[in-house]
Amino acid sequence: MRRARALAAAAAALVLLLAGCSGDGGDSGGRITLRFQSLAWQQESVAANKELVAEWNARHPDVRVEYVQGSWTSVHDQLLTSFEGGEAPDVIHDASDDLADFAYGGYLADLGKLLPRRLRADIPRASWDTTTFGGKVYGVPFLQEPRVLIANARWLKESGVRIPTPDKPWSWPEFRSVTRELGAGKGKYGVAWPLKEPVSATLNLSLSAGGELFHRRPDGKAEIRFEDADAVVPRTVHDQVNVDGSASGATLGMGGSDTLPGFFGGKYAMVPLGFSYRQQIVQQAPKGFDWQVLPAPAGADGLAQGVSPQTLSVAEDSPHKKEAAAFVDFFLRPANMVRLARGDWMLPTGEEALKDPALRTEKNDWATGTALARHLRPAPAQSVRGYPEWSDKVATPALQEYYSGAIGLDELRKRLVEDGNLVLRRYQR
Amino acid sequence: MTSRTKGAARAGQYLALLAYLVFLVFPFLWLLSTSFKPARELADLHPTWIPEDPTLANYRQAFDEQPLLRAAGNSLIAALSAAAIAVVIATPMAYVMARHRTLLARAATGWVVVSQAFPFVLVIIPLFLVLKNLHLINSLPGLIMVYVVWALPFALWMLVGYVRAVPVELEEAAAVDGAGRLRTLVSVTAPLLAPGIGATALFAFITAWNEFFFALVLLKTPEKQTLPVVLTHFIGAEGVADLGPLAAAAFLATLPSLVVFALIQKRITGGMLAGAVKS
Repeated sequence: MRRARALAAAAAALVLLLAGCSGDGGDSGGRITLRFQSLAWQQESVAANKELVAEWNARHPDVRVEYVQGSWTSVHDQLLTSFEGGEAPDVIHDASDDLADFAYGGYLADLGKLLPRRLRADIPRASWDTTTFGGKVYGVPFLQEPRVLIANARWLKESGVRIPTPDKPWSWPEFRSVTRELGAGKGKYGVAWPLKEPVSATLNLSLSAGGELFHRRPDGKAEIRFEDADAVVPRTVHDQVNVDGSASGATLGMGGSDTLPGFFGGKYAMVPLGFSYRQQIVQQAPKGFDWQVLPAPAGADGLAQGVSPQTLSVAEDSPHKKEAAAFVDFFLRPANMVRLARGDWMLPTGEEALKDPALRTEKNDWATGTALARHLRPAPAQSVRGYPEWSDKVATPALQEYYSGAIGLDELRKRLVEDGNLVLRRYQR
Repeated sequence: MTSRTKGAARAGQYLALLAYLVFLVFPFLWLLSTSFKPARELADLHPTWIPEDPTLANYRQAFDEQPLLRAAGNSLIAALSAAAIAVVIATPMAYVMARHRTLLARAATGWVVVSQAFPFVLVIIPLFLVLKNLHLINSLPGLIMVYVVWALPFALWMLVGYVRAVPVELEEAAAVDGAGRLRTLVSVTAPLLAPGIGATALFAFITAWNEFFFALVLLKTPEKQTLPVVLTHFIGAEGVADLGPLAAAAFLATLPSLVVFALIQKRITGGMLAGAVKS
C-alpha cells in the first residue's frame, strides 16, 4: 500500500510539474510584439544586438521587440520547420546563401516596398543582388567579410618580399612565388590553406581571376562551365601543395581555427581566413606576436571576390510586416551598423557606416578590410538551385582530391562540369 | 599454463583494460583541461594536459553570457520527466509483449525496430504541426511528450528482453501459492525487473538530456531553452567556436549524466546481465 501511495504521489507531482511549466506567456495588452531571432554569438556582438533592441523598445512603447538568440547550428532546418508550422520569428537573421530556398518557398516577405529609400540607397547594388530573387528583395544584407591573408608580419619583413596593399595586391602568380620564397622547408610553409570546406573558398576567390563557373543560359537555366579563369585559384593551391611544397598539405582538411596554433607557432607565414578571424587572433596570439592583414591576391578582375552577407528578413506570415521593416531600418542605421560590425569584427554593407573612422583605423587592420569592401560581389552560386547538392556530392570531394594531388585538373574539370550539370538539370526541369 | 604465463596474461589483460579506459576517459579529461586554459593556451601548438596558467575565466564567461543554470534546470525537468513517463508506459507494454507472443505483439516489436530508422528531419514538421494544434509548441510538456515518444520504442525493446529473462515459472509458483495477478506482478516480477527498469530509465534520461534538434525547433523563447541548445550559442557560422567557455559549459553539462549514472550504476550492471541471459 505504501508503495502504491508513493507512486500516486509521484504521478501527481509530475502532473503538477508539467502543468507548472506549460504556457507561452502570450501577447501583452494591445501592444505589438515582434520576435527577432538573432544569430549573433560573440560576446560583443550579442551585447550590441541587445542594446539596440533595448533602445528600440525604449523609443517604441507600442511595438515591442523580443530578442531571441538563435544558433547557426541547424538554423536552416529550424527556420524551415518554423515556417511550415506558421511559428516563424517576425524578424529573421540568416546568411544570404540560405535565403534562396525560403524565398522560392514563399516564406519570406518581399521587402522591396517596405524599406525606406535611405536604407535602399545606402547599400550597394552588388549587396542587394545577394538577397534578390526573381526581382523581389527577401532580405537586407548588412554584414559581410572578405577572405584575407593573415600574415606573420615579422616573417614577411625579414624575408624581404614585397608587402601587398589593397592598391597594389599580389597577383596569383606573384603570390605563388612569394610562398615559395617564404617556405623554408623542415615543416615551415609559406601558406596554410584551411580547406575543410573547399567549395565556397575556391569559388569566391576565383571571381578575382574572372572565374564564375556558374553561367546563365538565355533560357535562364544555370549551367556549369570550367574555363581557364576558373582554374587559376585551384591550380595555384594544388601547385603550392603538390609541386612547390610551399603550402602545407596537412591543413587541407582543417577549418580556419585549426590552423591558428601552427600559425602562432611559426609553421606558416600566412593563412587565408575570413576577416572576422582577427578577433580570435587578438584573443589567442602569444604576446608579442606580430601579425597583419593582407588583401587576397588579385587576378584579371582585380580584388573581386564572392561573399554571402548576413541578412535580416521578415517572415511572410508576420502580421506586422510594416513594423518589422521599421525595426530593421532602425537596427541598420549607419551608426548602429557600425556597432554591429565592430561586435562581429566584420564589414558593414552600408556605405555610410563604412565611412566611420572606427572602421578605417589601422588598429587590427580594419582599414585594409574596409578598402576591400567595394570589390565584394555575390557568391557565384548562391541563387542556383541544386547548388548545395552539387557542392556536397560533387565539388567537395572533387576539389579535395585535386588539392591533395589524387586527381589532375582534367579529371577535376570533368567531375565539376559533367557530374555537376547532371545535378543541376534535376533541379531545373 | 605455468603460473608465470598466467601472470603475464593477467598483466596483459589489465594493460588492455587500462588502455581502453584511457581511450574512454580521454575526451572528458581533455574537456576538463581545456575549460581551465586561457585563450592563448588554447591556441598553443604544443598543448599541455595541465594548464600552465589555469583560469576560471571560461566558467565566468560561460555563466555571464548564457543562462546555463536555467537551461540545465529545463534539461533536468525534461529528461527526468521523459525517463519517468517512458518507463511507466513501457513497463506494462513490455510485459504484455514478452508474455503474450501473439501476432500483434510480434508486429509491434517489428514496428519498434523500424521506427528507430526514421531520421529526425523526416518527422519534425508533422510533429511540429501536431504539437502546434495541441498548443504545446514552446512548452516543456510538449518537448517531454516528444522525448517520451522518441525514447519509447527502444525502452520497450530493452524491457521486453528483461521481462523475458524473468522465469515465468516464478509467476506460476506465486499463483499456486495463492497470489493474485496484481500481487504477483508487484511482489514477484517488479523487483526482478528493477535493474532493467533502472537501465531503461537511464537510457531515456541520457537520450533526452543530450537531445538538441527537437529542443532547438520546438522551444522559441530563451526561458524555455535546454542546455544543448544554449551550448550552441558559443558556436558561430562555419563552426567557429568560443572554445574556452564552450568547454566550460560542456563540462558542466556532462556532470548530471555522470551523477545519475553513478547513482544507478550497480543496478544497471545487474540489469544488463539479467537481460543478457534467456531462461
